[in-house]
Amino acid sequence: MKYEDFNDNEYIERMAAELREGGANVLVGCLDELIEWGRSNSLWPLTFATSCCGIEFMAVGAARYDFARFGFEVARASPRQADFIMVAGTITHKMAPVLKRLYDQMADPKYVIAVGGCAISGGPFKRSYHVVDGVDKILPVDVYIPGCPPRPEAMLYGLMQLQRKVKVQKFFGGVNRQMGREEYEELLRRDLTAEGNDLNVEGEEKHE
Amino acid sequence: MNSNLIDKITAWEPRAVWTEGGDGMFTVPADGFHDLAGRLRADGFDFLRSLTGMDWGEAGFGVVYHLEATATGENVVLRTLTEERGHPVLPSVCDLWKAAELNEREVFDYFGIRFLNHPDMRRLFLRDDWVGYPLRKEYDPEQNPLRMSNEVSKDSSPTYELQPDGSYIRKRNVLFEEDEYVINVGPQHPATHGVLRFRVSLEGEIIKKLDVHCGYIHRGIEKMCEELTYPQTLALTDRLDYLGAAQNRHALCMCIEKGLGVEVSERVQYIRTIMDELQRIDSHLLFFACLCMDMGALTAFFYGFRDREKVLDILEQTTGGRLIQTYNTIGGVQADIHPDFVRKTREFIAYMRPRLREYHEVFTGNVIAQERLKGTGVLTRADAVSFGATGGTGRASGWACDVRKRHPYAVYDKVDFEEVLFSEGDCFARYMVRMREIEQSMNIIEQLIDNIPEGEYQLKMKPVIRIPEGSYYAAVEGSRGEFGVFIESRGDKFPYRMKFRSTGLPLVSCLETIARGTKIADLIAIGGTLDYVVPDIDR
Amino acid sequence: MFDFSIITSWVHGMLTSVMPLGLAVFIECVMVGVCLLLMYAVIAVVMIFMERKVCAAFQCRLGPVRVGFWGLLQVPADVLKMLTKEIITIRRSDKFLYNLAPYIVILASVLAFACLPVSKGLEVLDFNVGVFFLMAASSIGVVGILLAGWSSNNKYSLIGAMRSGAQMISYELSIGLSILTIIVLTDTMQFSEIVARQADGWFLFKGHIPALVAFVIYLIAGNAEVNRGPFDLPEAESELTAGYHTEYSGMHFGLFYVAEFVNLFIVAGVAATIFLGGWMPLHVAGWEGFNAVMDCIPGFVWFFGKAFFVVWLLMWIKWTFPRLRIDQILTLEWKYLVPIGLANLLLMVIVVVFKLHF
Repeated sequence: MKYEDFNDNEYIERMAAELREGGANVLVGCLDELIEWGRSNSLWPLTFATSCCGIEFMAVGAARYDFARFGFEVARASPRQADFIMVAGTITHKMAPVLKRLYDQMADPKYVIAVGGCAISGGPFKRSYHVVDGVDKILPVDVYIPGCPPRPEAMLYGLMQLQRKVKVQKFFGGVNRQMGREEYEELLRRDLTAEGNDLNVEGEEKHE
Repeated sequence: MNSNLIDKITAWEPRAVWTEGGDGMFTVPADGFHDLAGRLRADGFDFLRSLTGMDWGEAGFGVVYHLEATATGENVVLRTLTEERGHPVLPSVCDLWKAAELNEREVFDYFGIRFLNHPDMRRLFLRDDWVGYPLRKEYDPEQNPLRMSNEVSKDSSPTYELQPDGSYIRKRNVLFEEDEYVINVGPQHPATHGVLRFRVSLEGEIIKKLDVHCGYIHRGIEKMCEELTYPQTLALTDRLDYLGAAQNRHALCMCIEKGLGVEVSERVQYIRTIMDELQRIDSHLLFFACLCMDMGALTAFFYGFRDREKVLDILEQTTGGRLIQTYNTIGGVQADIHPDFVRKTREFIAYMRPRLREYHEVFTGNVIAQERLKGTGVLTRADAVSFGATGGTGRASGWACDVRKRHPYAVYDKVDFEEVLFSEGDCFARYMVRMREIEQSMNIIEQLIDNIPEGEYQLKMKPVIRIPEGSYYAAVEGSRGEFGVFIESRGDKFPYRMKFRSTGLPLVSCLETIARGTKIADLIAIGGTLDYVVPDIDR
Repeated sequence: MFDFSIITSWVHGMLTSVMPLGLAVFIECVMVGVCLLLMYAVIAVVMIFMERKVCAAFQCRLGPVRVGFWGLLQVPADVLKMLTKEIITIRRSDKFLYNLAPYIVILASVLAFACLPVSKGLEVLDFNVGVFFLMAASSIGVVGILLAGWSSNNKYSLIGAMRSGAQMISYELSIGLSILTIIVLTDTMQFSEIVARQADGWFLFKGHIPALVAFVIYLIAGNAEVNRGPFDLPEAESELTAGYHTEYSGMHFGLFYVAEFVNLFIVAGVAATIFLGGWMPLHVAGWEGFNAVMDCIPGFVWFFGKAFFVVWLLMWIKWTFPRLRIDQILTLEWKYLVPIGLANLLLMVIVVVFKLHF
């Protein structure tokens, strides 16, 4: 698809400008570009779907639309090996912690796409007692694909937007890593030992 | 309802009161209900079509039972209720009909009615730490903010037993012992077809016990419908079983039209029938594709999807939607059929027949597929009836449960088609039923497509639709079984209670019986051939 | 036919003329190792690309087309992604074994890979019990898989690993028997010798019936040995999410992924070597002109051509057949393949003793 055919070029440019602010030397810059090229062209989805949008997601993978053309080939069933999660369908109160857990189990870098009205805002079920109105309440969403359910073409467009977004990111230079290693580990430790936290080591013993 | 049966029931239980209004029903006091139900069961009423929990406000909580005798085709509607609003208790009928097992759990979940002697009184859809019962009229949604803590699965379930003095005691029923090897399948698992979850106790690779957890996609559609006008409720039915969108909506439209006493035009009947059958083909193709994928034959998956797109093209051209068509309306359909519709449908049928032969060559005839499907996961006819496992699953077990034949609707009484029946009840029979039904559906379409009569495609309806007081039940043959709609109206523009008879819930409830003693790989094949759609189970 | 030993001995001569023998041998070893690993990586990339294109063709799709011309850069993109992806350490896993397992798998794969004679004079490991070495080296892989399943502390992984253990150890037997059948025919275990004896006709044709039976058994068992469909139970995507490597992420998973594909190539390469004449061109006795033309095609082209043909056969099977169940897999092996293999071995002995072969 041509650059001018995309709808939100301003957003991507603003994001790229922000990321490039610090500047980087040529060698690192080239390497960065190479890595991000690789990452953007090899985004593997997690096989995850809750309802109707999931069927359209399968259709995107099937013969007529075939997202393997763009490098989304290998749908992994294990979250450890997936790069992005397509939240295809309604997320309910019971599912929300499970989804969060799935997201936590994925390896960095990881992305989230909210597919369909339900995942974006609760959709037709917004007023229900058991539906999370918008998956962005629990996960950081990168791309929203509206529709109920979105057409496969719309999904492909959304996936390509994600590719563009990944392409302008930086691997080196600390832009993406806004906290240092120690700080991160400190946070992690606090998480693990916090009282009443589900990540707590003792707590998890019982879950499994 | 015939007067013979009314007399019989009043003879058995003199306190039973017959009320007209809609379909009409018997009101039976709670203490005598189990005896009456037992007698009806012994009299041949072996199929519990639907079990609906109710909140009648001042009159208390209760349950409505739709029963059918498979041998004679007789139907009866019963209800029982208790005035107690704090801790309502009713007798369980899960010893008579196994279908009641999950349905009563659902009623407990929605209304907090405890069923005596039910072995497993856990919540079915909602979290265990959920506060209150959402379908009670006084429920306040503020009580339950989003909880992000992980849910702990308990290894035992509560059960309530009646004491001789009339009180009841709470007991614990152990589901899994401490030292069992329990693995968790789902909610995110490639073979559960959505967000269903099983806890499976294994002995090596053999399944010892299986516990189903639903509710990961429970959207509370039935509660939402109570706040929507009748035309608004239509939108939600498409999203129940999205592979039977047209059929679901057909059922709801039929039920509302029945309540209003409206007769739709012949043309609409034809269009609806053709759409239902196209939807069935679409669903069965997806079934074939997914079963093949679950069994590891990925190429066949793509074949199924390739041909499914052709059906979707036809549907899309007329209705504007691929998956969710929102096509049927009260009194007609949204828009007239597209000028190309007839030609394209005919072309599709001509295209599809050789494709079916290709499927049989690629997958059905394969020795591995046969070895894995034949003889595994046998569901007997008696069990199928008792669980209410309708659709392809029931017909594979030899139960002639096709609503199109039992209670013909639309133009099914005018077309000639065969109800595909098998007697084995194993995975292969379930698979073959669906493959043969594609052919039957094509036969039906062929008979209708050239004779669509001229006429109105939409009757003129009143701007505000009010159904006269009473209760109504209408059912269609969905892609995977009987899809029923039960409406209780108080004459308002909103339904007082709207219940959808899920096609998938009975299928999931019989999973434990079928899968016990088989291997994990068989569980995947059984799940694939039962062909449930999870959002339809959870609603 | 070009003999690569000319180049290798020239390099050896050059090096020994400027440095002591020991150092020269050391440098040669390093060079060979680097070349081998490079070739290993290239084969992996080619195999993955081939898999994607072949399965796309079977499934009425296009497969990767957008990344690079005809999708050629798809796999390098995947590799870059894998290399920079986070490697997750699992709490309460056996960290040492968990990190060791992928390397054991890849080590076994590289060792087996080194045994393949690619062209005339182009063998890395070539000694008189080469077949034994190959069998021994390739069966280390199962240890890695078992360790991966055990140390991940995940029930799916464990089931996958146990299935894999049962399956691979069983099918090793059939592979051994079918190779043994050919060894009876050749009376040597050295790969270069096995290839050289096929100068006047490939063993698949020379040994007629028993060789053909052995070839079919070898293909079935080889397919099972590398855990590919219809024998992909240890991974069984739709049953065990990802089987023994469920918990692995980033390059650790990448190693399993690469090893799986190269193992497939190794199975195909061994099949090509012992049944289809390895790098030996197609010769028909008596047709001198034809033989001379065939000789003009370099040996490595013959080898890769045959190997990729077998790979294609195996991919065809994988994308067509549904998955077997664990009991069916073991039934197939112990009740059918092993007895048939044994009988076949006996038949081959009779054929050889009475000189019934060509």
